[in-house]
Amino acid sequence: MTPQQPKPSSIDWITLLLYFLFITIGLLSVYASVYKETNPHIWDTTQNYGKQLIWIGISVFIGMLILLIDEKFFFAFAYPIYGITIFMLLLVLVAGTTVKGSSSWIEIGGFRMQPAEFAKFGTALAIAKYLSGYNKDFAKKRLDQYISIAIILAPMVIILLQNETGSTLVFFSFVFVLYREGLPGWILFAGFMLAILGVLALLIKPLYIIIGLVVLAGIFLLLVRRTKALIFLTIGVVVVSSFLVGSIDYAFQNILQNHQRTRINVLLGKEVDIKGAGYNVQQSKIAIGSGGFWGKGFLQGTQNKFRFVPEQSTDFIFCTIGEEYGFLGSSIFIILYMVMLWRLLVMAERQRQKFNRIYGYSVVSILFFHFLINVGMTLGLMPVIGIPLPFFSYGGSALLSFTILLFIFIRLDANRVNELKNFD
Amino acid sequence: MDKKKKQKTLLIIFISVAFIYLCRLFYLQIVDDSYFLSAQNNVLQEQTIYPARGLIYDRNGELLVYNDAIYDLSVMPEQIKNLDTLAFCEVLGITKDDFIKKFDKMKKQKGYAPWKPAVFERQITIPTYAAFQEKLYDFQGFFVEVRTDRKYQHNNAAHVMGYIGEVTDRDIEKSEGYYRMGDFIGISGVERTYEKELGGKKGTRYVLVDSKSRSQGRYKNGEFDTAAVAGQNINLSIDYKLQELGELLMLNKTGSIVAIEPQTGEILSLVSSPAYNPNLLIGRDRGNKYMELLRDPMKPLFNRPLSAPYPPGSIFKILMALTGQQEKVLNPATTYGCHHGYMFVGCHPHGSPLPLRPAIAVSCNAYFCQVYRSIVNNPKYPHAEDAYNSFYKHIASFGLGKKLGVDLYGEGNGFLPPATYYDKIYGRYRWQATTTISLGIGQGELGITPIQMANATATVANRGYYITPHIVKKIGGKTNPNPQFNKKNWTTIDTSYFPIVIEGMQDVVERGTAYIARIPGISMAGKTGTAQNPHGKDHSVFFAFAPVDNPKIAIAVVVENAGFGATWAAPIASLMIEQYLTGKHNTRPHLKENMLKGNLNHRNDTAATKTK
Ligand SMILES: [Zn+2]
Repeated sequence: MTPQQPKPSSIDWITLLLYFLFITIGLLSVYASVYKETNPHIWDTTQNYGKQLIWIGISVFIGMLILLIDEKFFFAFAYPIYGITIFMLLLVLVAGTTVKGSSSWIEIGGFRMQPAEFAKFGTALAIAKYLSGYNKDFAKKRLDQYISIAIILAPMVIILLQNETGSTLVFFSFVFVLYREGLPGWILFAGFMLAILGVLALLIKPLYIIIGLVVLAGIFLLLVRRTKALIFLTIGVVVVSSFLVGSIDYAFQNILQNHQRTRINVLLGKEVDIKGAGYNVQQSKIAIGSGGFWGKGFLQGTQNKFRFVPEQSTDFIFCTIGEEYGFLGSSIFIILYMVMLWRLLVMAERQRQKFNRIYGYSVVSILFFHFLINVGMTLGLMPVIGIPLPFFSYGGSALLSFTILLFIFIRLDANRVNELKNFD
Repeated sequence: MDKKKKQKTLLIIFISVAFIYLCRLFYLQIVDDSYFLSAQNNVLQEQTIYPARGLIYDRNGELLVYNDAIYDLSVMPEQIKNLDTLAFCEVLGITKDDFIKKFDKMKKQKGYAPWKPAVFERQITIPTYAAFQEKLYDFQGFFVEVRTDRKYQHNNAAHVMGYIGEVTDRDIEKSEGYYRMGDFIGISGVERTYEKELGGKKGTRYVLVDSKSRSQGRYKNGEFDTAAVAGQNINLSIDYKLQELGELLMLNKTGSIVAIEPQTGEILSLVSSPAYNPNLLIGRDRGNKYMELLRDPMKPLFNRPLSAPYPPGSIFKILMALTGQQEKVLNPATTYGCHHGYMFVGCHPHGSPLPLRPAIAVSCNAYFCQVYRSIVNNPKYPHAEDAYNSFYKHIASFGLGKKLGVDLYGEGNGFLPPATYYDKIYGRYRWQATTTISLGIGQGELGITPIQMANATATVANRGYYITPHIVKKIGGKTNPNPQFNKKNWTTIDTSYFPIVIEGMQDVVERGTAYIARIPGISMAGKTGTAQNPHGKDHSVFFAFAPVDNPKIAIAVVVENAGFGATWAAPIASLMIEQYLTGKHNTRPHLKENMLKGNLNHRNDTAATKTK
């Protein structure tokens, strides 16, 4: 048997095109965000954009290599790859380098890497491999559920120990994958409601929430056909929720330290912290707001140039887009990003092989989660959690890992055509 | 079909988020023009508003410390354009090499960024400032910032007021970012203890500036601004005139004076000699002057009254007389003979045998060794250790052997050996009174700081209690700002045992060893002491309080290597008491003159450096 090379026609060109479009706009934005008249050369490797250019070269090269690899490789080596990423994460704990308060970096031969980025596709491969195994069923089998969750939790715990809250949170995106593979919708819904309830408990007096819950439950029971079981269930939900709200409020008032309370209040927007992280959000809103409808044009957005330290080309890259391309450009950006997510969702669903499908869903979920948090943060809608915007933000490890994540899926998808032929 | 539904659910979630974000963008970029108004390349800039530091007054409202403007030359590196470096260096009086060095140093500082203002040269002189102001237009990017430094109205009380200086990296870290590079902070004295009250609270103003850093108005009408809170003024309990006299009398002598108002615990005067001029530690020369003072062999920076331990000498005899009575091994009629001393402790010639009161008046060493022996060998206790522990408790209740808790930085513990100390040397149950007999006359391992000595004197004056000595009387016009300085700390000695001891102390001044300290018309109780000094000539010690029946001042004076207490310490204390109680000290001019003439340090600290 010879390795099956993908035919050019079987590669999903839409995704590939979007990828190249994104990294190009990304590079230009990084360039614009640190651009200085005195130093205009984009290939200046002492500047962020020069370095980003090199990383783009490396990423595209490795992406192309991935397209040439036999697709069975990823299935066969899913666990070893996962193992290596976990090992690297552990290595960071022992021999990590601290950069700006985060101890998640490791230095190999002059290159600085952030293994937490690579753990994302490692985990995606492992979960895909595990759930696509013989006789595995996430919807029905307890043991399969536990093991799947363990596969996701392992890197999360280690990354949390590295003080990287943002990267840890990203792994919550696997909830969408599990949802697709049989996690009941009501759990997703209940989890969502619980989160809302938790936030409400911190925002409003618990008594009001409990009154609200009772009223809602009453209305609910009036509207539906009341069976004994349903009445008891509703009362149970109200009692448990009330207890939960009360205890969250108690813990907040009595257990937390004063500065921890302040931090949470800042996150919730009850207090404005204009020093520190809050400053970047204010500046970010000014930058985006000053873009207007048409934007100021490429390299004209001196608003944020040099003023954000040091996140302007990494976590706050969307500001540059908002300022220089205005509402028009920002909208196009958001729509294009949605097109990519939609395209990947379609691709994932059309897979015959369970492994490919689960991996595809992982890719979609991770990319969506990054978009949700990163763009939300620059718009002042999400708390300041430092995670990059895939394909746009400055940063070698992130760009490379997102490229690998995406290209593995493009490669897996390309094989779909061959499979069809085999079945015919 | 269920699978398709799940795919659709996810797609709906994605699109909802995208929709919310588009609405938000629409609001920020199109609807809310408060952001668009700042479209002319405006940047949010945080400006710090520095509050005025609180002023410091003495107990009578005499101004001691105020603020003085200083000028820092700052630069916004990004905006330097066509700088004529030579002209610039000429105005500042530096060479081109200096210029390059300064610039490099500035660039290496933490938090440096070309768009942030940074201090190029601290505290330029007023002539430089004037010359610079004239040519400001030629030096684009540079500007002058006005800040305030401290200035001292009088050249004394340096150890009390302390000084301020630039924050260290540790201060910045500890303050969780409140302090920034170059901010001033209290480093010693009152400036340090009351940094929070004096320092006030910095305010912040957010302005939008254009790319040339010209202000374009407040950000969001000052919604995020915080006002600066000015530091509070402080009234010290120090009597400035008394302090001035104390430093004058101690000129060219090494030692301390501590005066306390017994009823309140307020410190009236705190002299550490040799002193230094507080105006040395201000301005751009602060660092150099500080190093000079640090290298001075007489250690002018050392705060003697708070931290230097001396053998307590005679104050211990007083405490012994009180403890003996409390332990019922001594009463006013108890008589002991003296044949030029007891065991190896010598004594000077005087009548013998004597009861308690005259024994105090003549300061008989043998008498108090006997008292000590009877306390420690008290048959009431099974072991000498137990008796000693009880003795220790009584002595410690006068505030000896541990920090008193004065509101000044750098207080020392002194040393009062616990029973375990002797256990370690001699072994448990292996020692008794005669082994440690020198304690009876306040010699041996003991160490007591001048402030502890003054406090013990105040305790005797109060007939049994003291209030923790403190230096601050009012903060922000509010009297008695620290509740812990209202509490009476009672000793373990019954009040009824004090009068006989005080009568003995009064005899000391009326007709005893400190006759020289007597002030006509003022009743005074005191005691001279000669603290043995293993390293040289004995220290001259005197402590006293007056008037006897309604004590207004308790004082302890220590003059190092000066011999008998009556020679130096007693006259100095006497002049101080007179000054405080009558407002003048010129009734005995020859006494003052003798004190001023005394040069025990054999070098000339001229009065000019100390008084205006
Ligand atoms: Zn004698």
